[in-house]
Amino acid sequence: MIPSDLRAMAEQERERQEGFRCRIMVCAGTPCLSAGADVVLETLRQGIAEGGLDAEIESVATGCMGPCSRGPLVKVRSRGKEIVYERVTSESARQILFSVVKGRRPPTVSPLPPDLPFLARQERVVLANSGSVNPERIEEYVAAGGYEALSHALHEMTPDDVCREVSLSGLRGRGGAGYPTGVKWSLARKAPGERKYVVANGDEGDPGAYMDRSIMESDPHRVLEGMALAGYAIGAEQGFIYVRGEYHLAGRRLEGAIRDAERKGLLGSRVLGSNFNFRIDIRTGAGAFVCGEETSLMASIMGKRGQPWHRPPYPAQKGLWGNPTLINNVETFAAVPAVVGRGAEWFAAIGTPKSRGTKVYALCGQVEIAGLIEVPMGTTLREVVYEIGGGIPSGKRFKAAQSGGPSGGCIPASYLDTPLDYESMERIGTIMGSGGLIIMDETSCMPDVASFFLDFCRDESCGKCAPCRVGTVEMHRLLRRITSGTATMDDLVKLEELCELVGTTSLCGLGMTAPNPVLSTLRYFRDEYVDHIRQRRCTAGVCTIAENPAPGAEGEALLHAMGVPGEVE
Amino acid sequence: MPVITLTINDELVSGRRGESLLEVVREHGITLPTLCHMEGLSERGGCRLCIVEVEGSPRPVPACTTMAREGMLVRTHTTRLIRYRRMIVELLLAERNHYCAVCVSVGHCELQNVAAALGVDHVRYEYLSPRVTMDLSHERFGMDHNRCILCTRCVRVCDEVEGVRTWDIAHRGVRSRIMADLNYPWGESETCTSCGKCVQVCPTGALFTKGAAVGEMVKDPGMLRRVLEGRDRKEWEG
Ligand SMILES: Cc1cc2nc3c(=O)[nH]c(=O)nc-3n(C[C@H](O)[C@H](O)[C@H](O)COP(=O)(O)O)c2cc1C
Ligand code: SF4
Ligand code: SF4
Ligand code: SF4
Ligand code: SF4
Ligand code: FES
Ligand code: FES
Repeated sequence: MIPSDLRAMAEQERERQEGFRCRIMVCAGTPCLSAGADVVLETLRQGIAEGGLDAEIESVATGCMGPCSRGPLVKVRSRGKEIVYERVTSESARQILFSVVKGRRPPTVSPLPPDLPFLARQERVVLANSGSVNPERIEEYVAAGGYEALSHALHEMTPDDVCREVSLSGLRGRGGAGYPTGVKWSLARKAPGERKYVVANGDEGDPGAYMDRSIMESDPHRVLEGMALAGYAIGAEQGFIYVRGEYHLAGRRLEGAIRDAERKGLLGSRVLGSNFNFRIDIRTGAGAFVCGEETSLMASIMGKRGQPWHRPPYPAQKGLWGNPTLINNVETFAAVPAVVGRGAEWFAAIGTPKSRGTKVYALCGQVEIAGLIEVPMGTTLREVVYEIGGGIPSGKRFKAAQSGGPSGGCIPASYLDTPLDYESMERIGTIMGSGGLIIMDETSCMPDVASFFLDFCRDESCGKCAPCRVGTVEMHRLLRRITSGTATMDDLVKLEELCELVGTTSLCGLGMTAPNPVLSTLRYFRDEYVDHIRQRRCTAGVCTIAENPAPGAEGEALLHAMGVPGEVE
Repeated sequence: MPVITLTINDELVSGRRGESLLEVVREHGITLPTLCHMEGLSERGGCRLCIVEVEGSPRPVPACTTMAREGMLVRTHTTRLIRYRRMIVELLLAERNHYCAVCVSVGHCELQNVAAALGVDHVRYEYLSPRVTMDLSHERFGMDHNRCILCTRCVRVCDEVEGVRTWDIAHRGVRSRIMADLNYPWGESETCTSCGKCVQVCPTGALFTKGAAVGEMVKDPGMLRRVLEGRDRKEWEG
């Protein structure tokens, strides 16, 4: 395929779509599917077939539309207008179809208001196609402008130009640390090496987060295009996309997308008629959080035990099989086609001076509408919770938002007006992380929240280094003593001391950040810890306080058997 | 090898490019506790006892996996580092079962030595006392998981020096266990050559020679060096 073929393919698909009077889109993201979207889709397809409407109405299974807690979602697009229905059942699906045919409103189901802030307040860049294209048809991605950026780069830009464009855009890594993407690409480009690799990190092990899953499921070609652009920019001919094992649907869609792209000459040898060759292979993770850490991820790709190794050397210097390797998060890659296609300036104009562009969040917990959102960097937490999320249900009060998963921390109500960007979040003791955002109301107990995350880290520790392997277990035990009302103030001191040790001496990011949920809840909700210990009371009413109070100096186990000091000195 | 100059504890010292900080530090007579490091084996960086402070680095770095660089400013014994090392040893002692009085290695144990040198006389953390077993299936050696600190010296010596990789790690986190082959009793291992190298490099009483009584299990730390040097000199080649 050469660039003119790409344009022809886009044109042809657009004409095909315009040939329908109406397109009915059913969200086929994992949350909607688990709420019954497949039945809805089947009902619609049957209705269309029975009514002989195939030529007029097309049903499309798309990726996530956003308000996942209101699924299954159905979007009707006709004559340029869009109507969205929530919580659709077979029955309401029939009504929707009927109303489309008759051109009238369905009798008992009503659509979401067109100005619903959840949808209207977002700015979708990475999720631009999510919920409006069929992720299993490459033509739809191309019709939406897909692979244009790659074509443009291959024929009109040098690899240096691409690196420069990414640098100028101010794009920063969306996988957690926020490292400038352009700098990483330039390092990988300059690193000496015959072979180089591009790796997309789609491991996403944070509890509750599903941004990357959704991007891979909803718009797989966008990730592939971003990876191909990276390959061209740094001089790599091979890419790997590391997908978490639990993400069956994402894996399947990516597999199909790679096959289709290869067949059309958009991946493989001589991409789009240029001299650039680029293959992408999928690697499936077995579900270890630590495999999201870049050095373990590479160990895992090479078929070794998924354990981190010490850096430096960094992957850009020495990665897969000793060669320079560029690792970026899935969302980072997904932003690249827009950066190259629409230009660095356009992208840099969104967001704040130091955090450019948009960010995808998985908004969940105690909010009216939970789901996947994309907003400009610097949008305040208040806007996200109260405008987009529709506020806290049942008239309860907002207590805190937990961001950044097990590496992150809590934002209390007094910081509701904090802009969500890398610097501001770090300043208040949490991190942007990969974009998990858990909203909690007054029924959440903060020591219990901390205990939940420590439990996770303890389970996910790879066991390589002593402070993380044992420290997280002891920290979790201390937290359990606190939440069960059996702790002493001395335990709190021990806990804080362990936070310091594990955070400063662990080998990799898992251990280094494991204490963050404890530290940040202690910072803003210390009273709750003290209440549990001194008053043996859980204000939120979450914890079951033990019948018997703390048994004195338990845990002060003397190392009586250490003995024989004369001999060991 | 080109010579480099760095500052350790306010003293100007020299080292060679390509050396680790640990090597330079030790060459200058400074004692740094280590448990996972062993000369002749690849570095693991797992026990974190050799951490030192390097100017410009936000957190301490392990000396064993950090290369010495020209102009580095290093501190090896700040109060903070000593406190961290003590805590790490306490955690190691709390992780399994370390009843020294009834251990074959008492008096000849690196963990015990490090604990004593650091003045660790009691453990403030809850003993985890996991239910682990002893593997006495090998005809000459034994393996007691209660004493294992997961330094993986056994894994590395078997893989890198003996060349068979009988040992590996099963599970993860605090549930990590040393295992022979694909989790078979050691005695049934089809790869083990019974060379005994793993027993000699094990810093604790986890791997031992059968029949050794309490306090008798003296390891031979020079063994590895002799093997490697002998190989370098091609001592055993026809
Ligand atoms: C324990 C741990 C887990 C991680 N998990 C992920 C993950 O699931 N996805 C991801 O993109 N990055 C993850 N990271 C961050 C990666 O190591 C790496 O920084 C990132 O993939 C780089 O991409 P970026 O520059 O585009 O953010 C994790 C880091 C740590 C320490
Ligand atoms: S910090 Fe935890 S996860 Fe990371 S290497 Fe150490 S034990 Fe493994
Ligand atoms: S291995 Fe060392 S520290 Fe552990 S019980 Fe034996 S002598 Fe004591
Ligand atoms: S005795 Fe030798 S071969 Fe057997 S496990 Fe130990 S090091 Fe490996
Ligand atoms: S058995 Fe000995 S050498 Fe092997 S990991 Fe355990 S303590 Fe280390
Ligand atoms: S999965 Fe359907 S709206 Fe998110
Ligand atoms: S000796 Fe350096 S970390 Fe163990």
